Amino acid sequence: MRFDSYQTQGFRDEMFDDAGVVRPEARLLLDTIESLEEGQLLQCQRAAERLLLQMGITFNVYGDSAGAERIFPFDLIPRIVRNDEWTWIERGLKQRIHALNEFIDDIYHDQKILKDKIIPAEVIHSAAFYRPQCTGINPPRRIWCHITGTDLVRHSDGLIYVLEDNLRVPSGVSYVLENRDLMKRTFPQVFEGSRVRPVDDYPSNLLEMLESIAPRGAADKPTVVLLTPGMYNSAYFEHSFLAQQMGIQLVEGRDLEVQDDAVWMRTTKGLRRVDVIYRRIDDDFLDPLAFREDSLLGVPGLVGAYRAGRVALANAPGNGVADDKVVYAYVPDMIRYYEGEEPILLNVPTFLCWRAEDRQHVLANLDKLVVKSANEAGGYGMLVGPHSTAAEREEFAAKIAANPRNYIAQPTLALSRVPTVVDGQFEGRHVDLRPYILYGKEINVLPGGLTRVALRKGSLVVNSSQGGGSKDTWVLAASSGDMG
Amino acid sequence: MRENPPLLSRVADSVYWMARYIERAENVARFIGVNLNLQLDLPMEPAQQWQPLIDTSGDTEEFKKRYGEASQAKVVEFLTYDAANANSIASCLRAARENARSVREAISSEMWTQVNSMYLEMQAQRRMPDPGQLPEIFRAIRLGCHLFQGITDATMSHSEPWHFVRMGRKLERADKTSRILDVKYFILLPSARVVGTPYDDIHWSAVLKSVSGFGMYRKKHGRISPRDIVDFLLMDRDFPRSIRFCIHCADESLHAITGSPMGSFVYPSEQVMGLLRAELDFTSVDRILSGGLHEYLDSLQEKLNTVDNSVLDDFVTRREVDEATVAQTQS
Repeated sequence: MRFDSYQTQGFRDEMFDDAGVVRPEARLLLDTIESLEEGQLLQCQRAAERLLLQMGITFNVYGDSAGAERIFPFDLIPRIVRNDEWTWIERGLKQRIHALNEFIDDIYHDQKILKDKIIPAEVIHSAAFYRPQCTGINPPRRIWCHITGTDLVRHSDGLIYVLEDNLRVPSGVSYVLENRDLMKRTFPQVFEGSRVRPVDDYPSNLLEMLESIAPRGAADKPTVVLLTPGMYNSAYFEHSFLAQQMGIQLVEGRDLEVQDDAVWMRTTKGLRRVDVIYRRIDDDFLDPLAFREDSLLGVPGLVGAYRAGRVALANAPGNGVADDKVVYAYVPDMIRYYEGEEPILLNVPTFLCWRAEDRQHVLANLDKLVVKSANEAGGYGMLVGPHSTAAEREEFAAKIAANPRNYIAQPTLALSRVPTVVDGQFEGRHVDLRPYILYGKEINVLPGGLTRVALRKGSLVVNSSQGGGSKDTWVLAASSGDMG
Repeated sequence: MRENPPLLSRVADSVYWMARYIERAENVARFIGVNLNLQLDLPMEPAQQWQPLIDTSGDTEEFKKRYGEASQAKVVEFLTYDAANANSIASCLRAARENARSVREAISSEMWTQVNSMYLEMQAQRRMPDPGQLPEIFRAIRLGCHLFQGITDATMSHSEPWHFVRMGRKLERADKTSRILDVKYFILLPSARVVGTPYDDIHWSAVLKSVSGFGMYRKKHGRISPRDIVDFLLMDRDFPRSIRFCIHCADESLHAITGSPMGSFVYPSEQVMGLLRAELDFTSVDRILSGGLHEYLDSLQEKLNTVDNSVLDDFVTRREVDEATVAQTQS
């Protein structure tokens, strides 16, 4: 297969420049692919899909017939990120996560940022994931966002924007590791001479971070567990994968109990103390005594033990206050306020519908803007103006009028594209990028992250539940010194 | 030296059942395979030949209600593909895979890939295949299960979770051997008209083949004799499908789990398992036959159930009382 007839069609392309010339960092990849025998690439692609199914790397689709499992489609053409650009992204992410963590800690303590009127207090108090129950809690090392999966996109202006911060329970990192593994198994020749920075140390870094937040008084080797809602959760594969990679126990709520403000797991030899919980259950379901009473997934008394400092939770409950899309609009102000610096990464300009003048603008420009509900994820509850029907726009206008606090709007970004194998040839498809950031003793960014690709022609929605797939992401090392 | 991490009760339960379901699927596949082969040699009514298979699995009532009189096609459908039959091969593989999926981090990835591949293969078949393909299909299932067991022993650390796997496998195997012996013995003995004919040997050989024991039996006993066959399947020291052998292995694993020395007990499960083991060690085939084999096998199956229940009681559902007792005896 060749790229001769590949068209960038006026979109920003990650592999070719606007004149259709391959970017220098992608030169070697292009040559390797074009030197393959006819049909070989498609063979690799099919082999990869077979492996995914065999290895059971699947996700469950909600609303589908019970227990339906699907593979998350994988495309063999990697997305390449230049080293100098990555260094800049990494700096920007560290700055942003640090500021967000300061913000969350402030919100649950003195609320200086509200008192100084940088952010209106009512925005925080009306945020869906604000948890007054967390006020006054001092998590170990004062860290609230241990694991973050920030969504980045590149617009037609060539600049990188932060789309969402995803502080609560970000998923997808297992696909980063499995995609790389899959690439190496099915398409090893492309790695030759490419200097791709490895991603395999993520599980060790994650475990080290989790051990670093163990409460004082825990054993030398603290007991860390991963708490999953169970095998019918859409991200179950990832929970089990990460537990296996770290060599820790994968537990469900029913495996744990709280006695004397400490958390214990039920083993064949009786109860064993647990020190750190990497929880992949939303705040709401964590503890029926603290949050939703009807939760069967959680552990009664868990938040009490956490508050007493006898167990550490990652991520910290309550950190979702910063995931609210209205709060998102204030992140650049937070960075200036807490860090005393200008933000390195750009925010997408955001119209807040609870402000009258913003709302008027949004309602008048529904066909041009993307409207999002302030607290939904997964590509649900949003309107992509240019792709919408008049009926959909009316529906959203009514929703905005009924609950302006819950809606924001942003210009429709023309996400950049990467060549993707479609029906036996290369076509451009829109992508985003989700790097993973760990915050323990220091802030550590996994080189690359998950590149999600909207496989439907013209689609801008990359979510796995909405017809998205993924690609391997290559951050190229500047010199061999960056390889480890 | 670093101690092994504690084992979650839920995980112990899941790996135990994963192993039992794989072993069950393998046994059902072998029973059907042997019967398919047997019909080539024996002039028998289909119902007469296929009904015992249903009786072996213990699902006589359910089968009768839904299928009526036994025939090859009906029995193969019921025992292989029927999702409503919890003991069909398809159901066993599904259950084994669900259990494995819930503890993927506790087993090796090779084990997971194998059980997942078998499940996907079964899903892909679904329809009733051409009768000519059946022997190959059951052979493939049998081999798949053997492969899973080989992978398990070669890739999973032989620590506590593995001992639960082994215990599940051996207890299931003991149960299946006792069932096939019971059903076949019951059917074969009264048929006086075939005694001494070539058909008699064929029947008894089939019993041995049902547990893959024909060759090993021949080596040890030579002539086909019902008494020796019962002796071999119940009490042989070395044959891996004899009930005594299975109970020895299960007992070893149980003591590896608890840490108490062989021949002693702390947990109730160790006591019931030890009693069963002693009984098999010190009884004799003539004694059993004089009291009635069927009666003996009936009480044996009851004892196997008691062992199964007390293992789960001791390690999975654990009552508070037990914990206190165990803590005392361990200190």
